[in-house]
Amino acid sequence: MGLGRGASRGLRDLPPTILSSPKVGSVGRTGSWRLSRPVINYDRCTKCLLCWIYCPEGCISRAEDEKPIIDYDYCKGCGICAKECPMDSILMEMEEV
Amino acid sequence: MSFTWKFTAREIAEKPELLAPGHRMCSGCGAAIVHRLVLKAVRGPTIVTHPTGCVEVTTAIYPYTSWRVPWVHTAFETAAANAAGIEAAFKALRRRGRLKYDHVDVMAFAGDGGTYDIGIQALSGALERGHDFLYVLYDNEAYMNTGIQRSGGTPLGAWTTTTPAGTKIPGKPEPRKPIEDIVVAHGVPYVATASPAHWMDLVVKARKGLEAKGPAFLHVIAPCPRGWRYESSKTIELSRLAVETCVFPLWECVDGEHKLSAPSKAIALKPDLKKPVVEYLKAQGRFSHLFTPEFERVIDEIQRVVDKRWYLLLKKCSV
Repeated sequence: MGLGRGASRGLRDLPPTILSSPKVGSVGRTGSWRLSRPVINYDRCTKCLLCWIYCPEGCISRAEDEKPIIDYDYCKGCGICAKECPMDSILMEMEEV
Repeated sequence: MSFTWKFTAREIAEKPELLAPGHRMCSGCGAAIVHRLVLKAVRGPTIVTHPTGCVEVTTAIYPYTSWRVPWVHTAFETAAANAAGIEAAFKALRRRGRLKYDHVDVMAFAGDGGTYDIGIQALSGALERGHDFLYVLYDNEAYMNTGIQRSGGTPLGAWTTTTPAGTKIPGKPEPRKPIEDIVVAHGVPYVATASPAHWMDLVVKARKGLEAKGPAFLHVIAPCPRGWRYESSKTIELSRLAVETCVFPLWECVDGEHKLSAPSKAIALKPDLKKPVVEYLKAQGRFSHLFTPEFERVIDEIQRVVDKRWYLLLKKCSV
């Protein structure tokens, strides 16, 4: 067919399709995959942010006073943060079914 | 090249997260950490291109995407060709005065299948033509996306579904292809290896790669809990062990001159720190068949290959 006379020329003339825009949770709440949940003991936390660095999910955010907060909607419970915490201030607790 | 900046955890934390959480990568995925950290090194407007691979299928399930940067997916073999095309298009736009940015970073991410085996001719061509882009190889040492088949990057003795460990064959019979040396032989301005365990080293190397004038290549080890058969919390521990046992030494090569990075340099200066390769192997289920009487000789063979490559690297770095 090609772009001959009367063929579509702009984005608007194309047949309707879905344009994707980036978003958090593009495949749903991945937190439902979790078997055990990391819980931070803020009394021991030194705010070194290593848990934030090593989180594969990027679901650890920082509060105003720099303390890390875990977003349980997306945390898959891999346990890297608990393993790498130099102060051992993150504990993995089994999820209740 | 001289660099005055230094990345700290807080400084990196100020940067926006360019890969949105809620993607479909496995729990404890090493490649996810590598992508997050490398994307922290960008200088401004960036375009990322991916061939087929784990990260492509998990972050861009039609019609959704986790990427907060413009992102292009093409066929398995074309990561470098695609990056070269994007860079050439920007050059043409700039020549006509139609580019509103001073500079656009072009990055190609590819797995070991898309680099060692399928994508090597496109990579070689793009390196030879000298396009200005950063190629990041996240190496999980097999085709993990399709179910753990062997690739050119799979190490000696590793179990995969296409090199199964039986009574006669001890996993993969060949050592992995030295892809970094192949890239160095192209005479590109910047080649480096990195590990997510040494995160600052990784981010700084990614930045150096972006600032290099011409093609840059970054080889990053990305442990895979599914394919390597280990508990998901040990991803960082294993990527650290790979450096400490010299299975995956960290170095950079600027304009053909090799230089060891700090974690490996410490081992080079104090050989007592070098751990035996057994510690790395016994942490992974894919090597578990080697700890039987009939295949114990393979461990010695692996140690020999690792020692030889380490010795050759030390000679290149003149340590």
